[in-house]
Amino acid sequence: MKPVMACDEVDLDAALSDSGVTEILASLDRELVGLAPVKMRIRQIAALLLVDRARAQHGLAAEPPSLHMSFTGNPGTGKTTVAQRMASILHGLGYVRKGHLVAVTRDDLVGQYIGHTAPKTREVLKRAMGGVLFIDEAYYLYRPENERDYGQETIEILLQAMESNRDDLVVIFAGYKDRMDRFFASNPGMASRVAHHIDFPDYSDDELFSIAGLMLARMQYALSPAAATALREYIARRKAQPHFANARSIRNALDRTRLRQANRLFEMQGGPLSREMLATIEAEDIRASRVFGRAGR
Amino acid sequence: MRLTQGTFSYLPDLTDAQIRAQVEYCLMNGWAVSIEYTDDPHPRNAYWEMHGMPMFDLRDAAGVMQVVAECRGAFPDHYIKVNAFDATRGRESLQLSFIVNRPRDEQGFALLRTEGRGRNVEYTLRAYATQRPEGERYAVRARE
Repeated sequence: MKPVMACDEVDLDAALSDSGVTEILASLDRELVGLAPVKMRIRQIAALLLVDRARAQHGLAAEPPSLHMSFTGNPGTGKTTVAQRMASILHGLGYVRKGHLVAVTRDDLVGQYIGHTAPKTREVLKRAMGGVLFIDEAYYLYRPENERDYGQETIEILLQAMESNRDDLVVIFAGYKDRMDRFFASNPGMASRVAHHIDFPDYSDDELFSIAGLMLARMQYALSPAAATALREYIARRKAQPHFANARSIRNALDRTRLRQANRLFEMQGGPLSREMLATIEAEDIRASRVFGRAGR
Repeated sequence: MRLTQGTFSYLPDLTDAQIRAQVEYCLMNGWAVSIEYTDDPHPRNAYWEMHGMPMFDLRDAAGVMQVVAECRGAFPDHYIKVNAFDATRGRESLQLSFIVNRPRDEQGFALLRTEGRGRNVEYTLRAYATQRPEGERYAVRARE
């Protein structure tokens, strides 16, 4: 039982549990490995919104904060996934009305001929209203080498919407850190309207291994002890190679591993397959990867 | 004379909050909402002008309300209606259509009687407004 509160007091804990955000934050901790600074920032934003709501109940001024964000980080560090969670958190806290995520890139916003860009961008904005607009690789909107590029028009419309439709949508820009920094440096209007810059760090080897564990568990596979060692080795080697995309590379590696496991089971003649055999990934499935092959050659 | 066409037309004009709630209902059902306007309010005039494209895949009424506001700004003295189209196979037709804007001064219709053979009479409805050219029908009169 909760203690009965005097009517002029606000129970933040109750407000928190009412909003369903506790559950989302907990699942964030459970399902997203690492990303400590990101989770920290999300907690702060959630706290701010809850306190604001409490302030409003007391009749204190509660100017809705500007929540446009920029997510920077290398590929596969979970920007899109966190954006999705962010949409549900903001919905739970009543900051956005519907809590859906509209993910777009330059192609969805910028038109191909004069007069095409504005309606296209406006349509995307309308679709995103009540939720979160996620612009991946946002720096492609700005092409300084071509002064007649239509991207500039999109940026202007976005700026206007970010200012005047603040209660209707939240815009999240995402991309590589250095390029985003340059993007904001050359669009000061944009930089001043984006309040939260969140940097996604790369994953460590251990974090990548636990991510692989989570992915496998979700697909109902298990690693044999030898396979676990092989996977750790694989991660260390893959990281040293070019085009490493963090969790995305791991997911692709696991997909190929499943392929090899299926092939191995298929070629294994005789006898029905047990449930355990179907669910287990052996070391040879992982070690057949080109990552090992190249090193051995 | 107050024009009564479409849903809710015998109710007082909907407020913006009520329009928003109706649009929310449409979006909840997955209907595509579009905005149309005209200054030829004849009941058989099925061809109103489209204001922008129909809006597909919206989740929130804010986008529609924005277009309604735009359209009212551009055509304050026209009839404007909100349509909701259901694209479900086998249905593929309007589910809801209601007027959200009307001219300040609605002039109504003249009833023309044409006497035919015997005591036969043919009736024709004609909006007084359509005696003037398109685009000048209601605005001109309001300015006078």
